[in-house]
Amino acid sequence: MDDLNQNPKLGSADRPNSYIGRSVPRERAKKLLEGKGKYVDDILLPRMVHLSYVRSPLAHAKIKSINTENAKNIPGVLDVFTIDDIEKVCSPWQGVLGHLGEMRSPTQYPLAKDVVRWQGEPVAVVVANKRAVAEDASELVEIDYEDLDAQLDMETAMDKSTKVIHDDLGNNLFWTRTVNQGDVSEAFKQSHIVEEVTLDFARHTGVTLETRAIVADWDSSEERMTVYHNGQAPHMMQSIIAKHLNITEGLVRIISCDVGGSFGIKVHVYPDEMVTVAVSKLLKRPVKFVADRLESYSTDIHSRCHKISGKIGVDDKGKILGFEIDDLSGIGPFSVYPRTSAIETNQVLNLSAASYVVPNYKAKGTVVFQNKTPMCQYRAVGHPIAVAITEALVDKAANALGMDRYKFRKINLIPDNSYPTKTPSGVPLEDLSHEACIEKLKKMMNISELEKYKKESLAKGKYKGFSIINMVEVTNPSPAFYGVGGAPISSQDGASIRLEGSGAVHISTSITEQGQGTEAVMQQIAADQLGVKIDTVRVTHGDTDATPYGGGTWASRGAGIGGEAVLKASRKLKENILNIASVIMQSEVNNLDVQNDQVIRKDGGEGISLKDLAQIVYYRGHELPPGTNAELIATASFSIEGIPFVFTNSAMGCLVDVDVDTGLTKIEKFWAVEDCGTQINPKLVEEQIRGGVVQGIGGALYEECIYDEMGNLTNGNMADYLVPMAYEMPDIIVDHVTTNSGRSILGAKGAGEAGTGGAPGAIMNAINDALIPLNTEVTSQPITPEKVLKALGKI
Amino acid sequence: MSNLNKTTISMIINNENYDDLTVETRQHLGDFLRDLGFKGTHLGCEQGACGACNVLVDGETVRSCLMLAVQANGKKITTVEGLNSSEMEIVKDCFVKNNAMQCGFCSSGMLMTTYEIIKSKRKHSREEIREMISGNYCRCTGYQAIVDAVEDSLNKINVGM
Repeated sequence: MDDLNQNPKLGSADRPNSYIGRSVPRERAKKLLEGKGKYVDDILLPRMVHLSYVRSPLAHAKIKSINTENAKNIPGVLDVFTIDDIEKVCSPWQGVLGHLGEMRSPTQYPLAKDVVRWQGEPVAVVVANKRAVAEDASELVEIDYEDLDAQLDMETAMDKSTKVIHDDLGNNLFWTRTVNQGDVSEAFKQSHIVEEVTLDFARHTGVTLETRAIVADWDSSEERMTVYHNGQAPHMMQSIIAKHLNITEGLVRIISCDVGGSFGIKVHVYPDEMVTVAVSKLLKRPVKFVADRLESYSTDIHSRCHKISGKIGVDDKGKILGFEIDDLSGIGPFSVYPRTSAIETNQVLNLSAASYVVPNYKAKGTVVFQNKTPMCQYRAVGHPIAVAITEALVDKAANALGMDRYKFRKINLIPDNSYPTKTPSGVPLEDLSHEACIEKLKKMMNISELEKYKKESLAKGKYKGFSIINMVEVTNPSPAFYGVGGAPISSQDGASIRLEGSGAVHISTSITEQGQGTEAVMQQIAADQLGVKIDTVRVTHGDTDATPYGGGTWASRGAGIGGEAVLKASRKLKENILNIASVIMQSEVNNLDVQNDQVIRKDGGEGISLKDLAQIVYYRGHELPPGTNAELIATASFSIEGIPFVFTNSAMGCLVDVDVDTGLTKIEKFWAVEDCGTQINPKLVEEQIRGGVVQGIGGALYEECIYDEMGNLTNGNMADYLVPMAYEMPDIIVDHVTTNSGRSILGAKGAGEAGTGGAPGAIMNAINDALIPLNTEVTSQPITPEKVLKALGKI
Repeated sequence: MSNLNKTTISMIINNENYDDLTVETRQHLGDFLRDLGFKGTHLGCEQGACGACNVLVDGETVRSCLMLAVQANGKKITTVEGLNSSEMEIVKDCFVKNNAMQCGFCSSGMLMTTYEIIKSKRKHSREEIREMISGNYCRCTGYQAIVDAVEDSLNKINVGM
């Protein structure tokens, strides 16, 4: 079929059913708003029982004995299980991948075996007819521990005197990687100015408002496991549950209904979720586990926890000659299965300095074990660290040269006309627009006015600062991310689309929805490409029995990969429809098109509704000539080939006020210019940016999982662990540059990571800009009032 | 445990009478409502911090996780399922138009808080709106769309006053 004639041009807003590029409201928004969403905790099944976990109160200890008798005697308690029971039905795992060099992480059991290694690790599980009863009984499980030294500090993890967490490994090293491009030592020797900085990033976590939740339902007559799971990657969970519970993979069905926020937190394999499935298999009945908020803080994966030193060398004209980083990260006692806990550091190495032309680049990453909650990938994996170290050094170099920070960036940014090229670390880059983004940002921010405002404020004793930062964002990953290393994670996604007898269009997609607007985006693409009204289209997702195979929603891959599959499937279906219509209407295919749910004749004349066409095909097939290919269903798949990821880029800036008496930072304004290629729904893109920025602000100013010297998490609740609330947040001004990805017809890249990745660097640079007149700086996130006052020498 | 105190209570929920319901005295109102099938009341923290479980008790916003079901005996409860006044329909339209929710988990609580805001029949600045919704966590939106939605709602509802 002739593409140019039959397939609508993307983004031509004046034609009928042009939905790509329009901010169409989400069809299910009202349902979610009215509390009618269906979340895992809303599921009630006959004979369902509830779990409460007995978790380690200690960071590191030997389990000497476990006595479950008293707990078992509580009325309503069905049983209490330890690893001795669970390991009979659920095999252990190891969080290592094969493609990133040697990873050393030991076998992890679904419940602690012999030793507990973080506070919150599940040790035993109580099964009861009600959650409250299970919790009562879990207090009666007696566990005798023998304290072991806790290894908490990542900086002393490799010292000889430090307790080794896994004896077999000999030390506390999980993974290390170095990158060396060019000759960075020589570059620093040649440099006019060399600047250095060391930054600290606290551990924090995702705080999804809906906690992790799972219902497992083992049907022993069919040997079939149905799992309702508020996750992000149903087919990954299907494969893993099948493998570790020894069930035929096709007989494991994962259903992800509405998910109350995920942010990468819900894409990992958690011991307590695997145990829930195991208990269902043991008891042959439905079992529910819903984490409470303390369990979220102490067992949801944490992230960040980095200390990174960086060095930049520039010549006298401001050209960057060399860039070096050395990053240390602590990941808890296990690398998380199956994505591993190496990826954040790997991203830091890949992404540092990635917006700039840097001829000599050296990076080292070291990842060590600790007796704290396991750490793994959370939104904008590695980006906040990479962007903050890069942009801190860039500001330092510009300031040392006495050069305007915008001008310094303009000199060093990878020019828009130089793609394809590579990051300083050697990762392929294409279709980016740093120069266009920073130009737009500069106009939005009105930098000369900001300089004036700063000066006038300073004269009144007010310390204002602003920042401009550039970044790249990893989206739409290829098999290079996980699959190549051996993880059962699909990089391909599929879409199946059919025209039904009623004239309705139904899509099933392997992409899942956690609130981003997946359903709306898929509806828009299908309606746009088919030529139907958007309310003609329904979407099914999040069910391994009902959708094509695929990766799910993470790493900002839904629109770019899953959307392309929908686009391709829609075009195939349209081709089929037109071919059938040409037979029915006795017309050349090229004279036909679909608009507003009708097949029309381009030269005028009577058309036929899709409903009538479908009913001829389905109900009165005898009216068609024998041998007509009358398929009203089409399926397509898509994955990224030839490059590891589709990068996007952004420029961001913010204006802050630092109160030097209280140490409080107020964000007065925040600006972001993002280039995510084709925007299918601009409103949804902007909301991804805004929500992402606010999560980044959380990391920069408020969020930290605080441990005491014994390894106790001291702020595992929503009152003491601070997240951004409405009052402290600014309005965020968002604009776009559009450079389509050349890897797909749709041209869409991702947009979910940028805000979270860029905001921490933007906030820190703005605060340090405000502190210049006071000759001090802050280098540790979250940048609390206390840290500001310490930097000012006031406390 | 079998010796837990149980009490019989009655209340009006969304204008319907619920009489002689037996409840453990320790059960909080949020769990009680969810057990009755009012699943729109979401539990985010069970310590009164996040606001997702907000309901109206005799017209006032209450964290249903901080109130025992027995304390609501004889009272009039409105859950999100009962927020159906014409004004609240305007509010819902404004939330949808502004995409003032992503995952929807905080939305029932946000709507309850918005109910209180519009009840005041006053115009509020964006900063005031931000302060008024600052008892409700939202982890997805970054709050701006919610502020926009509340602002729009106030503009629409206050027209002609």
